[in-house]
Amino acid sequence: MIKSLMCALLTVVAVQAIAAEPEAPDAMVKTVMTDVLNIVKNDKAIQNGDQKRAIDLVETKVVKHFDFAHMTALAMGREWRNASADQRVALANEFKTLLERSYSNALSQYKDQTIDYKPFRMQPTDTDVVVRTEVKQAGAKPIGIDYQMSKTADGWKVYDVMVAGVSLVTNYRDTFTQEIKAGGIDGLIKSLHAKNAAADAGKK
Amino acid sequence: MKTRDLLIPLLSASVLAGCATTATTPEDPWEGMNRSIYAFNDKADRYALKPVAQGYQAITPLPARTGISNFFGNISDVWTGFNNLLQGKPGSTLTDLSRFAVNTTVGILGLFDVATEVGLEKHDEDFGQTLAVWGVPDGPYLVLPLFGPSNVRDAGGLVVDRAVFNINYAIESVPVRNSVAAVHLVNTRASLLGAETTLEDASLDSYVFMRTFYMQHRRSEIYDGHPPVQKREDDFYDGSSLPAEPVALLDVYPRGMFDLMLVSPEPAVVSPEPAADVQNDK
Repeated sequence: MIKSLMCALLTVVAVQAIAAEPEAPDAMVKTVMTDVLNIVKNDKAIQNGDQKRAIDLVETKVVKHFDFAHMTALAMGREWRNASADQRVALANEFKTLLERSYSNALSQYKDQTIDYKPFRMQPTDTDVVVRTEVKQAGAKPIGIDYQMSKTADGWKVYDVMVAGVSLVTNYRDTFTQEIKAGGIDGLIKSLHAKNAAADAGKK
Repeated sequence: MKTRDLLIPLLSASVLAGCATTATTPEDPWEGMNRSIYAFNDKADRYALKPVAQGYQAITPLPARTGISNFFGNISDVWTGFNNLLQGKPGSTLTDLSRFAVNTTVGILGLFDVATEVGLEKHDEDFGQTLAVWGVPDGPYLVLPLFGPSNVRDAGGLVVDRAVFNINYAIESVPVRNSVAAVHLVNTRASLLGAETTLEDASLDSYVFMRTFYMQHRRSEIYDGHPPVQKREDDFYDGSSLPAEPVALLDVYPRGMFDLMLVSPEPAVVSPEPAADVQNDK
């Protein structure tokens, strides 16, 4: 009796000790992806293109693992230094909305693909890692999806996603540069906002 | 559908190139011309190819479409193998030719991709990639009529791909040859249905988005999916966290103001500070 009580206590202590360490990046990617794809697989509404439902899912399950400020900074390149604090907030929020929508769109295309999690190794001192996965589909070349993550005070956060070797964030660099050249940083905020507003209106 | 059909747009491309002036990036000096061809391709897709592909998808069950993709993929494995040889990767060539042997026999003329099941991984090579491995630079970005995004090197590579390795040479009958080409085209387009929604949804300017995508994707292909990690020397993120709630945005940029900005022909200058910052930097 006492022995089993001790065992239970020890387990509680052990679990707490683990909880204090942030979840390992590869485990985190796997947990989140498995969870999200399971939901999509069993949700006919999302599969039939219910974008609001897909966005809700992304908001509750995925968003908290992404560092949108970092993503926005990367997409801006050196222009990030020229943005005021207010502009940075506005940019990050509009960019987040845009990415959320694209991501939920991609989720609704998901059918019977399987995801392969590549072996992952890291040093305890690492603060920047890449977690590699591969999406396999019958009759097609597998597509690599890599998550670049950095260690923050709030645990590991994704700040770039590479699909088939294409960086999602870098892919916005030229667009952002062009918009800034044409209308300044406020012009870019305005364009992003207009894009989001138009997509919002189209949905209703 | 031979070399001549490709040369005409290429030649007219170089002629038109003289007129283009709207370049915004060094990689795309012919942006004006490229945008016109992009718009033309978009129309051709919207009104011809895409509806056909949708119809085809509706009447052809997935296993049949997969079989057709596998069939053409199997033939291309031979050319991939040859290019791997030219790129100095005989090991990959061996894989490619083994794939062809296995899929043509066990996989019933390539309709089933048995080779992947037994662990022979599919590669994707073309002559443009071979030229890149030999050290030929990308050259300016180029949108080809009907073929889409490319660059000068890859357009040259495509001419060689089509001229040297063309399934049409093996088919005597013209109607059969045309049907095979049509099925190949429509089947490929059908496999990409949905991708254009993502493109439209994700981009502010789909032309620029596609251009960056093409350049990044080709780079990845040239390095067989493992491009050397580029240093993030342009990462100016200082780690300072932003207010997490969008409420903060509403305080700073009320939505109503945006709507005003959108309506007014001349955008209101919201904040003059950035310009000052730029000057300070210099």
